[in-house]
Amino acid sequence: MYLTVVRFLRPAAFGAIAAMFAAGGAKAVDVTGAGATFPNPVYQKWAEAYKAKTNNAINYQSVGSGAGIKQIESNTVDFGATDKPLTQDELQKNDLVQFPAVIGGIVMVVNLPGIKPGEIKLDGATVAKIYMGSITSWNDPAIAKTNPGTKLPDTAITVVHRSDGSGTTFNFATYLSQVDADWKDKVGANTAVEWPAGVGGKGNEGVSALVQQTAGAIGYVEIAYALQNKMVYTQMMNHDGLFVEPKLSNFQAAAANADWKSQPGYAVILANQPGKDSWPITAATFILVHGKAANAEKTHTVLDFYDWSFKNGQTMAEDLLYVPLPDSLVKQIEATWSSSVKADGKALWP
Amino acid sequence: MSTATIEAGHRRRSDHPGRLGNALFGGSAWSFAILVLILLAGVMISLIIAALPAFRTFGIPFIWTSTWNPVKDVYGALSPLYGTLVSSAVAMVIGVPVSLGIAIFLTELCPTYLRRPISTAIELLAAVPSIIFGMWGLFVLAPLMQKYVEPALIATLGKIPLIGILFQGPPYGIGLFTAGVILSAMVLPYMVSIMRDVFETVPPQLRESAYGLGATTWEVIKTVIVPYSRVGVVGAFMLSLGRALGETMAVTFVVGNSYHIKASLLAPGSTIASSLANEFAEADGLQLASLLAEGFLLFVLTFSVIGAARFMLMRLSRKYG
Repeated sequence: MYLTVVRFLRPAAFGAIAAMFAAGGAKAVDVTGAGATFPNPVYQKWAEAYKAKTNNAINYQSVGSGAGIKQIESNTVDFGATDKPLTQDELQKNDLVQFPAVIGGIVMVVNLPGIKPGEIKLDGATVAKIYMGSITSWNDPAIAKTNPGTKLPDTAITVVHRSDGSGTTFNFATYLSQVDADWKDKVGANTAVEWPAGVGGKGNEGVSALVQQTAGAIGYVEIAYALQNKMVYTQMMNHDGLFVEPKLSNFQAAAANADWKSQPGYAVILANQPGKDSWPITAATFILVHGKAANAEKTHTVLDFYDWSFKNGQTMAEDLLYVPLPDSLVKQIEATWSSSVKADGKALWP
Repeated sequence: MSTATIEAGHRRRSDHPGRLGNALFGGSAWSFAILVLILLAGVMISLIIAALPAFRTFGIPFIWTSTWNPVKDVYGALSPLYGTLVSSAVAMVIGVPVSLGIAIFLTELCPTYLRRPISTAIELLAAVPSIIFGMWGLFVLAPLMQKYVEPALIATLGKIPLIGILFQGPPYGIGLFTAGVILSAMVLPYMVSIMRDVFETVPPQLRESAYGLGATTWEVIKTVIVPYSRVGVVGAFMLSLGRALGETMAVTFVVGNSYHIKASLLAPGSTIASSLANEFAEADGLQLASLLAEGFLLFVLTFSVIGAARFMLMRLSRKYG
């Protein structure tokens, strides 16, 4: 009796399993990626929409640019994401292909009761001095100079920075190095620096939390975090000396002037770009895949995901205040995929 | 006596049916013990090997340098070491009297029907994951410290001449002091349960004779209970100190992650565990070696604390029997 049941069930079971696999049409691929916290909101949104469309799951963990680079180098993930572009030497050493995925803006957020978003105006040199610890109070003359007419309280400034390695820090510190010679000399720019002052939070999320908790705090976060947490951002003075708001058109203005062919691996730094509307702390964020892919199917899915996001994810990105890449740049990137990303000698794209 | 009994009594030991089981059990117990030692040695050795580049580059001054510069690749362990010691010291200064008080309350003063619920509640505190403590610390405790506690401390203790320097500076809410407070909450359950158990072992005859001689409750506690159980009490403190030295996630959220050493307890700092938690994932090269060198220093520190505790306990028990 038992044997009869089993004999009947076995083909039925196989049939059910086969049906499961056949159901989605193509087999669903699970892809893992890790890296920058900067583009995390938009990657998650794109991954959700892509999964609804193709059933492939893109699992992205925002562990920080440095960790993302390490993980793709040791092949524990299928793609890495970094805000700090790797140099040609680093790319060649680890057989990595780098391409930009999206462009975003870094904003200064403050916690001052009674101040509305966009009310305070800061310029780069003042921010550098605040982060060096030379300016310690909100009613300092340097801040008052760019804010005539705004009543600034006599509160101590609490500087908030990142405690972990971060491409957001890299872009912010690069900007400060360009606008303040003292910062460039004493601190420099890297994914982690020796902060002269302040407290550290882990991730963009940690910095947002600390700024929200501490009266008189100032921090730097990606615009999506500032908006999602309804924080008070500031206006900044750009390369041309004008104060601009952190809005999409100003990020686009900064990105429009970039020459993407000028650097190998698309490693262009968008900080402090000229243009009357350019936002000074704009940054591109990059994806890393292996030139000789370990798993052809997964790497092809990564490229397919980004191709889909470039063509269909523009509105989603703009809703979160990220700048989608222009079409000409997308064509260049896909040409790079065809020529550089291979598995067993065969190109993985298209 | 019959012949059968004599023969039964003269059966050889090696014929005993339980002999094999005995040998197996003894052998596996031995091997587990040796395994623990091997594991410990393995961790030590792999830490030393990975930390060698840092010690080779910076030498012994690594221990007392306070720079931490990833741009110029210069590292020193003084700031995390200082933060570890200070936050653990704060945790013990707050935790020891409180836990002594709770343990004494539970054994001497508490009405019997309340004993179980309160003991269970304290033991449940030990079950709270440390990251929950960290998040609670960041979102609940830190604003409270910033708005009420730290300004009060600065206004009162900050004005006293000598210990005033410990309580200066702007009230951030996060910092070494808040980390110490959270640590004391985390080590409390361990100290309380050990001390409570040890206080309960005091023979009732000793207690009753003290009461019979007319001693008040306080005098009985001071002269009979605590001295009798001093060995266990000191052991509890040392165990908790070891825990406080190594606590990671709870401290990382609230310690402020700054590598500058300031005299004030209210300033942000960093501990060895928190600097590892923050930077380990993306460190490589000399930075990674320096982080692991810090880890090795923590290992040595915890080892010496436990070793000193054992030594002290040995001397105490020899002296007092």
